[in-house]
Amino acid sequence: MPEMKIITAVIKPHRLDDVKEALQSFGVHGLTVTEASGYGRQRGHTEVYRGAEYTVDLVPKVRVEVLTEDDDADSVIDVIVKSARTGKIGDGKVWSVPVETAVRVRTGERGPDAL
Amino acid sequence: MPSGFSGGDTAFVLISAALVMLMTPGLAFFYGGMVRVKSALNMLAMSFIALGIVTVLWVLFGFSIAFGPDSFHGLIGDFSMLGMRHIGMNQLSGTIPVFAFAMFQLMFAVITPALISGAIADRAKFSAWAVFIAFWVTVVYFPVAHWVFYTDNGKGGWLVDHIGALDFAGGTAVHLNAGIAGLALALVLGKRVGFKKDPMRPHSLPLVMLGSGLLWFGWFGFNAGSALAANGLAGLAFTNTQVATAAAMIGWLIFERIKHGAFTTLGAASGAVAGLVGITPACAYISPLGAIALGLVCGALCAWAISLKYKLGFDDSLDVVGVHAVGGAVGALLIGLLATGGGGSTAKGLFYGGGFAQLGKQAIGVGSVGVYSFVLAWIIAKVIQKTMGFRVSEEVEIAGIDQAEHAESAYDFSAVGAALSKALSPSAPATPAKTSAAPAETKVDA
Repeated sequence: MPEMKIITAVIKPHRLDDVKEALQSFGVHGLTVTEASGYGRQRGHTEVYRGAEYTVDLVPKVRVEVLTEDDDADSVIDVIVKSARTGKIGDGKVWSVPVETAVRVRTGERGPDAL
Repeated sequence: MPSGFSGGDTAFVLISAALVMLMTPGLAFFYGGMVRVKSALNMLAMSFIALGIVTVLWVLFGFSIAFGPDSFHGLIGDFSMLGMRHIGMNQLSGTIPVFAFAMFQLMFAVITPALISGAIADRAKFSAWAVFIAFWVTVVYFPVAHWVFYTDNGKGGWLVDHIGALDFAGGTAVHLNAGIAGLALALVLGKRVGFKKDPMRPHSLPLVMLGSGLLWFGWFGFNAGSALAANGLAGLAFTNTQVATAAAMIGWLIFERIKHGAFTTLGAASGAVAGLVGITPACAYISPLGAIALGLVCGALCAWAISLKYKLGFDDSLDVVGVHAVGGAVGALLIGLLATGGGGSTAKGLFYGGGFAQLGKQAIGVGSVGVYSFVLAWIIAKVIQKTMGFRVSEEVEIAGIDQAEHAESAYDFSAVGAALSKALSPSAPATPAKTSAAPAETKVDA
């Protein structure tokens, strides 16, 4: 049975600092951040260049990934949701997926020890 | 120095020549920022190559064709100055050395073909473009500069000395000329792949703003410098250049705000350039209040004119027609309305009691330059298309012309991208790049 989860959050780029801080004070040791683009219900926006209008469907987002032990997963999700929320449309999504295994590259430690 | 020489005038014209030179790199950035990432370098290169080709041709025969003593009914200069061999260091043209005059005029000849390049962004073979520049300046720009700029007590160019059409710094010879040639090229080459379908957003509006700023700065050399003397006329031309450009930026932005609901930076940059184009022929003949009117009209009219390509279905990619052909023609025609008679010419426009006489002369200038430029540019482009081919293949255009024509990428911001590229050998040919064939141990110390 997997004892770990990976939590993925797609959030508004300007919320990243708050999310990072909240996770740190919760005790999360590491995370991975990538620039992403996408859309949900808010869809995109319109841009005009010399009269030519373009709809830009994909909105810039940030994807945050955190590996946690099972027991912490729900709390981590709560921390992210609370710190990422602005209450406006386009705040993003958070989800979690079970993880088979994890290895720390430097030492070879496996499982929750590698976190 | 011989009598009649003016150190002040010479210093002013030499500095103006340097200012106008900077406009071509400025134009390169103005255009380069407007295309997509995959063709940014090609756009820059299309302008820069004009500095190379036209400069050499200017020395060999261009200056002589444009500014040699008239040899045939005001149509073309003679060949007495081929290779600039018989020009003495201290020989004067007016109050300045002939060499200073020749270099000032050269910078006009350089930027004119560079202006055309925006009409065929993303899709022209670089070799074909280089050949086009050489032929077009030879049979179009050099003679037209003679028609419009070469005065010789009534025995000079036919438009300026016979007809009396006014064009102070090149609204017809430079901008209308380039704009119409751009139209011809856009028609011969055809549309970009995905025109009107794929998004073609400018990849860097800050580059566009930088370019328009450099153009604005250099344009003081272009217009004020065309007085060829550090005098009151230069002051008037300088003033009107600033005023009309400011007004045109406002005119474009107002049009845009009403029509599309936003004040765009691209609109501000384009409006400024439209104003610079429009005031170019008129800067020495109208008043600062006239310049405000001209600027507002030019800005709003060009902002409207750039929509024509979508309605009429030609892909003038960066709006060379809408800005340079329309702006140049409007500026030249408005002289017929707004000329005060108190500037660089005693001719008065319609609004100053001069009747329709000057307007008619201006129309002849606009019509003749426009038709000549279109026909010749179309013929040259067709011949190139039939012989060496003018367009890159569709695959190259889709993948991006920078890689195929220049073997370079404009930007390398991605650490992953850098890590994926592998050095071959210092002298390896750029294409075809068969990375798999390279021995694994080949390394180059950068």
